[in-house]
Amino acid sequence: MSTREARSAPDLDATASRRLDELVQELADDPRRISTIFPAVARRVARGPADPDDPDGVKRPRLEDQARTALLAALASMWADDPERFTHELAQLYRYGDADEKRAVLRALSALDTGAGMSAVSLPLVEDALRTNDVRLVAAAMGPYGARHLDPDSWRQGVLKCLFVGVPLDAVAELGARADTELARMVADYCRERAAAGRSMPADAWRVLDRFGELGRDLRTAGTAPGVSGTEAATTGRET
Amino acid sequence: MRIFDPHIHMTSRTTDDYEAMYAAGVRAVTEPAFWLGQPRTSVGSFCDYFDGLLGWERFRAGQFGIRHHCAIALNPKEANDPRCVEVLDVLPRYLAKDGVVAVGEVGFDSMTADEEKAFTHQLQLAAEHDLPVLVHTPHRDKAAGTRRTLDLVAESGLPPERVLVDHLNELTVRMVAESGCWMGFSIYPDTKMDEHRMVAILREYGLEKMIVNSAADWGRSDPLKTAKTGQAMLDDGFGAADVDRVLWRNPVEFYGQSGRLLIDDAGADGADGADPAATFQGNSVLRGQRPTGTEEG
Repeated sequence: MSTREARSAPDLDATASRRLDELVQELADDPRRISTIFPAVARRVARGPADPDDPDGVKRPRLEDQARTALLAALASMWADDPERFTHELAQLYRYGDADEKRAVLRALSALDTGAGMSAVSLPLVEDALRTNDVRLVAAAMGPYGARHLDPDSWRQGVLKCLFVGVPLDAVAELGARADTELARMVADYCRERAAAGRSMPADAWRVLDRFGELGRDLRTAGTAPGVSGTEAATTGRET
Repeated sequence: MRIFDPHIHMTSRTTDDYEAMYAAGVRAVTEPAFWLGQPRTSVGSFCDYFDGLLGWERFRAGQFGIRHHCAIALNPKEANDPRCVEVLDVLPRYLAKDGVVAVGEVGFDSMTADEEKAFTHQLQLAAEHDLPVLVHTPHRDKAAGTRRTLDLVAESGLPPERVLVDHLNELTVRMVAESGCWMGFSIYPDTKMDEHRMVAILREYGLEKMIVNSAADWGRSDPLKTAKTGQAMLDDGFGAADVDRVLWRNPVEFYGQSGRLLIDDAGADGADGADPAATFQGNSVLRGQRPTGTEEG
């Protein structure tokens, strides 16, 4: 495995690394084959969480996400003289991807972040993911690439959506650096709305409110207990 | 009774159906891509449909304890519309995906030259993507259409055991049996085949390569026809193991040729204390690469 692949996919074991090498070789023989190699990665290289305590890969990308990132990095270098071709294919992989493939593209964006041409294609993918109620996609969208590139309004809405659909705020990169009073106000209002409906507020809300003490004071004094997050939208997908 | 319905269009069914199916023993299904009643007018309409089969419908089925697979293809009816034919160019992306266990439904509707062209092309795609094929036989001129289907399968070079020829009846079953292809029967309330005729066919032709499905869709149909056929078999003196073979092990064997079934523990409550793991052994590459038995594909 090359240094670059090892950096993209640090958690693959020797067997999986060998299989990944084979796929990279197939790709080198004909880079256009990415459209069928990319979907096949989980069954041909590896599948599963990198950290057993993080089965959905919220904090650390899953094995298949790592392998797909390595493949995309390899493709980017194969088409280094034609970056537009690469970004076009990246968008196509997302468009035609199932949820696992879309998540992998989102996870890979940070490693592929090479300039304005890239952002014109990849930021819309992040925004698309944040319009879904799929917790895997929302979590991946709020990773390092989203933290770096989402405008303040979109980023705050993303954090609020995490609380709404039950994505742990551990998934949000740069939470400490980007959280501001406007986000805290939004979170506090959301918690008041839940309290008014007699529902518990997501425990993770305090990770924002604790930093802006004034805004959440009434929630504490009202004795609103942090509890299980409102995940019904995520599990039924009914709310839009 | 554990049931794998190898042909059902769940997109057209309700959550009540999912609950009733689960209660009747259905633990896995394959949903082949087909016509929606209302004709499509663009490739994008197909792509959204395929995305739904792979995404939303799999998720929805999972909520009810049922593993959902799909087959992807340009169906025969819409193969006649030049606005739809370009979907053939995007099929390779979909045929590479996890949970896609066959190319289908392909075949004939009105036996046109355009249908034959799309059918032949998709038989090639099946070979390239190492997938079995689900073939629809026409409702009109069925015997001639089935004969032509078998000729094209033979010309394609695909091994017959990788092809399932569906919607058969008393007049078409023999030629398919002689071809070595799998034989599919859609049990319907009024048309196609009913469960008692099905039992008579099983008595005459045996259980090997026999596939029973409900083919339930947006028309008058019944997603519990698989279970009712199982009951009709028992009433006629077949044993529980025979029912398990027709309603579970046969479809698992056929679609297992894809190496992409998502079942691992789905049939754990199977008939006769059968070991479901033994049934799937070696069939699913996906399963072999999972570190745990609970991962969703």
